[in-house]
Amino acid sequence: MTIQLSHFSAAVLFAVFASVVFGITQRNSTREMVRYGLYCFAMFTGGVILAGWVMWLLRR
Amino acid sequence: MANSTTEKAKAADTPKIETQPITTMSVVVPAVAWLIPGAGHLIQKRWGRGLLLMGSICTMFALGLALQGRVYKPNGGDILDMLGFVGNIGAGGLYIVTRAMDWGQGAIAHATADYGTKYLIVAGLLNFIAVADAYHIAIGKKQ
Repeated sequence: MTIQLSHFSAAVLFAVFASVVFGITQRNSTREMVRYGLYCFAMFTGGVILAGWVMWLLRR
Repeated sequence: MANSTTEKAKAADTPKIETQPITTMSVVVPAVAWLIPGAGHLIQKRWGRGLLLMGSICTMFALGLALQGRVYKPNGGDILDMLGFVGNIGAGGLYIVTRAMDWGQGAIAHATADYGTKYLIVAGLLNFIAVADAYHIAIGKKQ
């Protein structure tokens, strides 16, 4: 079975899985894990969007 | 008298190195955690964390294969291939099954297939982090 994802959906899925693992492994309490996981997800996704705009500006 | 005082002062200055006792769990847990992602937490009754880690790492690895990512072999010949292998081998049992089934041969057919290769490598690296976390729980460093 093969699938095809867009660049953005592939990057967002990557962010979801990496954030879950980072949240669980890097913090001690459940509340901190959730907060850190959400923070990582926001940073990953924000970084992707920012990099996308930077590339758009460079291409112009 | 003076000597014993000096020795005491030296002993106080020397930083204490905490050594962890080798227990069955401290040996078994990392091995199981590496072989089956998330299982290191599950055998220590951290059900929620274990299932989330297992779901994330296994799904990431499966998506990597579905995206036609490439699985690296140990004797790639190129230094970057060797690093890719180090990442891949972190997935433990998933990597062994993939190699046994001859999946992940990576005939890149579309632009985003390279994401598949990265997914496979990162799934292995995330499992290394999960193994370390399971070990810390096993030795009592983390709850």
